[in-house]
Amino acid sequence: MGRKLLLEKAHVPGIRTYEVYRREGGYRSVEKALKTMTPDQVTEEVKKSGLRGRGGAGFPAGMKWSFLAKPEGVPRYLVCNADESEPGTFKDRYLMEFIPHLLVEGLIVASYALGSNKTFIYIRGEYAWIVDILEQAIAEAKNNGWLGKNILGTGFDLEIYVQRGAGAYICGEETALLESLEGKRGNPRIKPPFPAVKGLWDSPTVVNNVETLAAVVPIINIGGDEYAKIGVGKSTGTKLISACGNINKPGVYEIDMTISVEEFIYSDEYCGGIPDGKRLKACIPGGSSVPILPANLLLKTAKGEKRMMNYESLSDGGFATGTMMGSGGFIVLDEDQCVVRHTLTLARFYRHESCGQCSPCREGTGWMEKILKNIEYGKGKKSDIDLLWDIQRKIEGNTICPLGDAAAWPVAAAIRHFRDEFEWHVLYPNAAQNRNYGLAHYADPLPVAAKT
Amino acid sequence: MAQFSAEKLNKVNEIIARYPAGKQKSALIPVLHLAQEEFGGWLSAETMDYVASLLKIEPIEVYEVATFYSMYNLKPVGKYVFEVCQTGPCMLNGSDDIIEYIKDKLGIKVGETTADGLFTLKTVECLGACGYAPMMQLGKHYREHLTKEKIDAIIEECERNAVTNN
Repeated sequence: MGRKLLLEKAHVPGIRTYEVYRREGGYRSVEKALKTMTPDQVTEEVKKSGLRGRGGAGFPAGMKWSFLAKPEGVPRYLVCNADESEPGTFKDRYLMEFIPHLLVEGLIVASYALGSNKTFIYIRGEYAWIVDILEQAIAEAKNNGWLGKNILGTGFDLEIYVQRGAGAYICGEETALLESLEGKRGNPRIKPPFPAVKGLWDSPTVVNNVETLAAVVPIINIGGDEYAKIGVGKSTGTKLISACGNINKPGVYEIDMTISVEEFIYSDEYCGGIPDGKRLKACIPGGSSVPILPANLLLKTAKGEKRMMNYESLSDGGFATGTMMGSGGFIVLDEDQCVVRHTLTLARFYRHESCGQCSPCREGTGWMEKILKNIEYGKGKKSDIDLLWDIQRKIEGNTICPLGDAAAWPVAAAIRHFRDEFEWHVLYPNAAQNRNYGLAHYADPLPVAAKT
Repeated sequence: MAQFSAEKLNKVNEIIARYPAGKQKSALIPVLHLAQEEFGGWLSAETMDYVASLLKIEPIEVYEVATFYSMYNLKPVGKYVFEVCQTGPCMLNGSDDIIEYIKDKLGIKVGETTADGLFTLKTVECLGACGYAPMMQLGKHYREHLTKEKIDAIIEECERNAVTNN
């Protein structure tokens, strides 16, 4: 059983309420930080912890904090990104729903470190009932002196507000989020300037994911060095993985990044294997935008090593034979699933969510969806597969924000690893309407190049 | 013209007070949610103009936001809106069959409303319930692990509520 830092208490009855949360040791990190540390010392602990942004990009959180501009007389803001929308990802929802005070506690410590006196939680509009849960937790924290004016007599003031979005994946991109928070369309901004210099209402701003901010609590409690000892390499601490698709036990799991992908899928402690004894065909381990891998490359790297559930191992081999940790949205496909159809749903998703600012993304996502639809419904041509490849390449890297890349990668990886399944759809359209391509050779052991 | 009650106006002012002076436009998205809840589940041009006047911004600033975000309805919808997810993880768990079943059962296509004005069927993209698929949003809450039996029960529940609320 791995070590749990975030969800350890999530199942204590009544943990959603202040009394129980406090009794279980909640808000200790606020006492420690505000009473015994300077804001810079808090940032230093987060740096030492090696904590990487849990939203998907994996950027070191402490470094992001240290970039925050601090001009005199200008307010600074912390914004919590709770716009969780990447298909396969539902970990932040779980954390906010079951242990909301952990996020509030993390926000207070982080706001202190950054000098934010007004902190916003921007939450996706569909999580409407979670707004009530968070506002309740915030009100309880305020009633008990953890928010408001002169917190713990330290002179530090803080208010936390929850603001709902209204249905737009793009608002998970930090500058689109800020636009949305300002009451505008979620069109990402051109960077630089980065939010650390010019963010919310043109003031210096840090935007962090829910899980990242919650992780600040154990980091302050046990110290950055202790936190960094958990995990392996640059994958320090614990990571929430939301597992879904064709598995026996879908749900949110906290892992310490030292277990293998195989163990994660098949162990009863985690996903519990695949229903009905079916075999594993493919998996997208980090949210829909990261490359899909066939079973053989998922469980072992191209070097023949066991693939592990951490940043480095998942990306081993680059995009040619690897993938990414991303947001931790772990999607499993069994042997009866069709990769073409699954890719089509993702292409449709990205077309729907493109903000329309950049032509390659606005037009390209539409074309990819149309072509995939043709292939899936028996109207595809063999040249369509190359055309798809060509389109995704022209989107990648040519847009203001990473949504273009996020839309291109799933299509690219599906063709890279499952090209024969696409070709089968084109060559045998009637068969493809009636049955699936199946597991084919996707779980066969790969030849491993001899060590040189 | 429909207007917010005094209680809702207080709520609007409370939201505006969160932002620095002159940044009241930041309240637009929350206030549009309030307006949609208050004025029949959708945003008419009249409603949007009213919101613009409340926030002292141009009507076009409201229109461009209302048309961008998928949760705002720009035409009337039924009393109960079924928003069924169809993205990858839900598809892997049978959302296509669920959508077909609802279409058959209600006798409408995606995007349509039943003749009695009770039900609207929409498909949506990933709502963050992938582990509890297939799912749909109904009002403020999610309905998860959907089966045909559950759909039957939800439709009956809505019909019952519609009778008692009238």
